[in-house]
Amino acid sequence: MQQSTDYLVEIRDLHKYYNGQQILKGIDLNVHRGNLVSIIGRSGCGKTTLLRCLNCLEILDHGSIKISGISLSRNKESVEEIIKISEKASKVRTNVSMPFTGYENVPSIDEDFQVKAQTLRKKVGMVFQSFNLFPHKTVLENVMMSQRIVKGDSEDTAMLKSIQLLEKVGMDKFIDRMPHQISGGQAQRVAIARALAMSPQVMLYDEPTSALDPELVEEVTDVMQNLNKEGMTQIVVTHSMNFARNASDFVVYMHEGVIIEKGTPEEIFNNAKDKRTRDYLKIFQV
Amino acid sequence: MVIRKYLLIIVYIVSFNLSFVIASSLAFAKERQTLKWAADTESGAPFVFPDSRNPNKLIGFEAEIIEAIGKELNFDLEFVQNQWDFLIPGMQRGDYDVAINGIEITPDRKEVVNFSIPYYITFEQLIVNANDESNYHTLADLDGKKVGTLSGSLAERILRGAPGIIVRTYDSEAMSFSDLEVNRLDAVLIDQPVALYYASWNKNLKIIDVPFGEVVYGIVIKDDEKLLKDINHALSKLIATGKLRKIYDDWNLWNDVMAAHFNDREKSNAKPYRFEDYIREKGVESSFTDIIKKYWSYAPRLGTAAVITLQLSILSMVLAIVFGLFLALVKVYAPNPFSTMASLFIELIRGTPLLIQLFFIYYALPHIPYIGIKLDPFLAAIVSLGINYAAYEAENYRAGLYSVSRGQLEAAISLGMTKFQALKYIIIPQALRMVIPPITNDFISLIKDSSLVSVIAMVELTKEYDRIASESLDYIGIGIIVAIIYLLLGLPFVKLSKYVEKKFSLIKNGK
Repeated sequence: MQQSTDYLVEIRDLHKYYNGQQILKGIDLNVHRGNLVSIIGRSGCGKTTLLRCLNCLEILDHGSIKISGISLSRNKESVEEIIKISEKASKVRTNVSMPFTGYENVPSIDEDFQVKAQTLRKKVGMVFQSFNLFPHKTVLENVMMSQRIVKGDSEDTAMLKSIQLLEKVGMDKFIDRMPHQISGGQAQRVAIARALAMSPQVMLYDEPTSALDPELVEEVTDVMQNLNKEGMTQIVVTHSMNFARNASDFVVYMHEGVIIEKGTPEEIFNNAKDKRTRDYLKIFQV
Repeated sequence: MVIRKYLLIIVYIVSFNLSFVIASSLAFAKERQTLKWAADTESGAPFVFPDSRNPNKLIGFEAEIIEAIGKELNFDLEFVQNQWDFLIPGMQRGDYDVAINGIEITPDRKEVVNFSIPYYITFEQLIVNANDESNYHTLADLDGKKVGTLSGSLAERILRGAPGIIVRTYDSEAMSFSDLEVNRLDAVLIDQPVALYYASWNKNLKIIDVPFGEVVYGIVIKDDEKLLKDINHALSKLIATGKLRKIYDDWNLWNDVMAAHFNDREKSNAKPYRFEDYIREKGVESSFTDIIKKYWSYAPRLGTAAVITLQLSILSMVLAIVFGLFLALVKVYAPNPFSTMASLFIELIRGTPLLIQLFFIYYALPHIPYIGIKLDPFLAAIVSLGINYAAYEAENYRAGLYSVSRGQLEAAISLGMTKFQALKYIIIPQALRMVIPPITNDFISLIKDSSLVSVIAMVELTKEYDRIASESLDYIGIGIIVAIIYLLLGLPFVKLSKYVEKKFSLIKNGK
């Protein structure tokens, strides 16, 4: 399973600050093509921030990310400068501000950086904890939209592909429903289809089943496991130890902004080397 | 279906209006010898007022004088309505050539505008309640009392000069007399013709037979030496031929001062039939059917005014909705110098009275050097109302934009949409849905605020109400009718908004 050269995602010395606080303190992580990696850890350990950096919903402050040949890196600013920028950015951020708001006039975030970030986003699919389906669009339109708008596909092409994707997640019977008319599990499956519509190289999931009733979790994780079988590369931030243990190729344990341990589920769940990992897993009695 | 009908009506009204604006500007282009004359018909009898039997026709001694002058000079006449206190500013901005409306020739006015030779000379008279007749004879008797008059008139200046008198000013004569009747005033000091036409027939009021001061009326003429000369010439001719005297006799306005001034001491023997007509109507007790008939006769005027109110409101709201969205987007999403400018603009507009903005855009803007823009009244009204409401709509939109959860933006961005695409396809459509109720609310409020534009020579529903009420002295009955018209104007839009809200709503019936 491990081909040492074929990394799809390479993260080097990634740092991220929020309002002057350091959230990520130098993350190094490689993900092989076709692997499903679960990232676990306590709330506030930075796992969601790491995921959002990969999609450029957050701007990395130092280090580099390379996904499918696109490389984004920032090394120019000193720590003091970065802290200052992060404080300024936190002040101007509102729920309507765009990802680069507050990073105007930062030397290393030039036009080239922003263009690359945009390109990178198209290679990465993102699934959110709260689904974030577009409530004013039908299920089918939700999946079609980005194909029509971003890729510029024709209506027929987009519709055909969307229906196939909805079939794949078992939602083809509900294409005319509005998002509020379907269950959480169904919504999350539509969200996965929507992300797949952009033909991403890697799928990111931010606690995809945390907002779901327990009986609806499986229909979502089944979809993710099927994608794994098809060879999709997936990175999942999760609080579900069941999922991490049974569905992942690799598990990463994060603690206070650093990666403490990574390994196969077997290595992490049965033979964790670090006490902090074992203490965390004890909470779940595994 | 119903909604489509409403939309059709709106489109019809808007397009009718545009064609009207275009047509009027075309007409302006091939100007003939047309004399544009202005007055405030609300000031009523006996000056310039609509004929109660044919409201489209203006009558009054001044209407007859200007008609006679037009005939002398071989001019076509075109009437322009403007509020009395703004007759001079309106001429200064070039809305019309002359104004004739009991405007007294005073030294300070003479400094800013041209006056014709006097066409009428009269005096001020005191009017009091019938049971006070023996108490008040001179201004000195009114020390510490409340005395009303027209704002900006010579009578006001006389009153201001008398210490101890509490001066109350009014925009229309009728209101001052109605306040006098209910003892809100102790007396009214006013030009003799007004006293004659408003108080002489009223059993509750008494005119004190002591003349005050001298009131000299002149025609205000735009800055055009030739026109001034022509009008003076025509007036002199009307005096010499006795035509002017005939007008005054008809209206019962010939007086001793006039006789002395025009050196025409012959006694009147013609019957003042115009005056008698007017008084006859006032004295009669109306039956119920008469009242209904009378109200019905106002229908065309109120209808026209209601259409103007509706056109104004719809066009201003369209401007407000579009410009407001632009302001909101700039404020929320544009980089800093622009977003701050948008915020400042919104605060400036929201923080200052609409009335002042109207005056500024209509009367002050033309005088600003280099960028002076002269808008016609209709456009000025739409621009003022539209910009004012745009500031409020911008804040509605902003609230709408903020109400769309951050996750929506992130989902759109993570699908590879650009900032612009995310706004256009995801954020704005959701924000618009949120702001339909507050925008409807503002529109209803705008329909009513449109009444403010009467100060810039527009006759809309409220102005028409003032005019009809001051002619008929029926403030209550006409008031109720006009209130109902406003209510009816707003209702279709409440319905429309409910429909749109439902249409945009997430909960779709059926599937």
